Amino acid sequence: MRSLGRYLLVRTLLTIPMIFVLVTLVFLILRVMPGDPVKSSIRPGAPQEYIDEIRHTLGLDKPLYVQYGEYLWDLLHFDLGTTLSPVRGQSVSEQIWEHFPATLELALAGILVTAVVGVGAGAYAAHHRRSVADYSLRLYAIIVYAIPVFWLGLMFQLIFGVWLRWFPIAGRISSLAVAPEHVTGLYTLDSLLTGNWVAFKDSVMHLILPAMTLGLYLSGVFVRLTRSNMLQILKMDFITAARARGIPERTVVYGHALKNALIPIITMMGLQFALLLAGAVLTESTFSWPGLGRFLVERITYRDFPSIQGAVVVFAVLVASVSLLVDVLYAWIDPRIRY
Amino acid sequence: MEPLLQVENLTVTYETRQGPVHAVDDVSFTLYRGEILGLVGESGCGKSTLGMALLRMVRPPGHITSGKMLFLGRDLLRLPEEEMRKLRGRHISMVFQDPMTSLNPLQRIGDHIVETIRTHEPQVSKQEAWDRAAQLIQRLGISPDRLKDYPHQLSGGMRQRIMIGIGLALNADLIIADEPTTSLDVIVEAQFLDLLRELRDEFNLTMVLITHNIGVVAELADRVAVMYAGRMAEIGAVRDVFHETLHPYTKGLLASVPSIRLEDGLELETLSGAPPSLLDPPPGCRFHPRCPQAKPVCREAVPAWQEVKPGHGTACWLYDEEEA
Repeated sequence: MRSLGRYLLVRTLLTIPMIFVLVTLVFLILRVMPGDPVKSSIRPGAPQEYIDEIRHTLGLDKPLYVQYGEYLWDLLHFDLGTTLSPVRGQSVSEQIWEHFPATLELALAGILVTAVVGVGAGAYAAHHRRSVADYSLRLYAIIVYAIPVFWLGLMFQLIFGVWLRWFPIAGRISSLAVAPEHVTGLYTLDSLLTGNWVAFKDSVMHLILPAMTLGLYLSGVFVRLTRSNMLQILKMDFITAARARGIPERTVVYGHALKNALIPIITMMGLQFALLLAGAVLTESTFSWPGLGRFLVERITYRDFPSIQGAVVVFAVLVASVSLLVDVLYAWIDPRIRY
Repeated sequence: MEPLLQVENLTVTYETRQGPVHAVDDVSFTLYRGEILGLVGESGCGKSTLGMALLRMVRPPGHITSGKMLFLGRDLLRLPEEEMRKLRGRHISMVFQDPMTSLNPLQRIGDHIVETIRTHEPQVSKQEAWDRAAQLIQRLGISPDRLKDYPHQLSGGMRQRIMIGIGLALNADLIIADEPTTSLDVIVEAQFLDLLRELRDEFNLTMVLITHNIGVVAELADRVAVMYAGRMAEIGAVRDVFHETLHPYTKGLLASVPSIRLEDGLELETLSGAPPSLLDPPPGCRFHPRCPQAKPVCREAVPAWQEVKPGHGTACWLYDEEEA
């Protein structure tokens, strides 16, 4: 375990330069991009002196390298700054913290859908190789992979929200319902913990469509990956040996083989996490889901530099943590892997 | 002696793009309880396919085309798949060639044995099964602590003993060992063969020992069956087959075994030529193109099985009474 600790430390330290490069790029791109946080937050036609005055108080008139230096200095102290627009002076950390649970809830639900649908369908396709189900699932995988995620979301809204009226199409909870007491910030979990069944049912209903959109979109890759890995594992000697011991076929396929096929699948889960967050940005916008992704999109239109930078840093840290978590999972699943 | 398994006219066919290949062609033999039958032949002669066929586990595109396999009074070829599965591991157990790859790398050694026991005897508790596994591997010369280990933590010899142990866990009536010592080094191989000999006496094992190593057969087997190009060439007690060899192929096989006592100037004999392609086997006796004693009839007709003396038979025209 000591070597695992060392490994984790090194990996954590390695994420620092990555975040530094990312932060620098975002900082520069925002300054090069047309648009201005001050102009976008005040009434059009305000006098130039007024604009200049605000720019001065916000420090936006300082040379770029000074602004950059100050920003990095603050970041080193875990200070993400205050918002510029549409409302000035709010703490960026607080804003992010407020929006984060919604994104986490959607991401977790999405990953769950992906894992169940993608890995399950992939294993099933491998088990029933060359059957109609196999061909259909492979076709499904290509289709969902190629579909733009926001379009998939729009179709779900149209079919299940507008036509069938099964699910609400926007938000995390009905406007008339009372949000559950804050415990974790995940509405479904909080309402469950506080025994608020009305809110639980309501938030689950709201979660289903966006989670399906995000989850199914990502599931295509996992159907293909799981299937091909399973086919390889199913040819191995220990699978034949397990069958020769009389182990039932279902246990052989979904127990022995699937567990052995999991390592590359988990790697892919880790790699796809960045894609999941990108998908979350689009899905959140489609479903008016008040999460970090929608927050980011909104702040980009306002050119709220600190908020954008803050959100990107949080996303980067998330991706890095997940890939770290994946490495730890390997060692847990496969006894042969030790760090 | 009580027959445990009677194989009659078994044929296994692989459907290939070039046409059907009969990897096992009209093979019959009887296996008696408590004996070790050595099944020998060159690579590709169909001995491994025959081994898998006994478990009814020939991999597609191969399948058993015809024949009978009477085991404990039932024809295995007529059993529903689910019944057959219940026989696997419980009544018929298999030890594979490569112990390195035949254990699940993510499963502890003990769980392999426990899983097998509890698959066939669901009423046994986990703890009970674990205790049985511990006793068993102790008998095999492995410390029970090793049950908690994963396969990669064990040596090849240990793993092969574990494979045997899985077979013994349920007191299988028949153990099929497919080249069990091929991937072990000579010292470990010798230890493993010693262990098998002990276990045979202790558990009254019935075993089909598939090998291309005549030495292993000589040491361990009671009877030997020689296969050539998918067909049975000769079957008999080891002593008979080795000393009163009938089939010219068996003679060639025995002559080509290097001996440390080989005298100076005596060259090792080899069989000329290579085994035929089973896609387009030679007509008549399949061995005739390589046979030093081939007669015209060998080219034309398949030799019938001849029981030359009780328990010692061959398929060769040299011993056909009417022909001779």
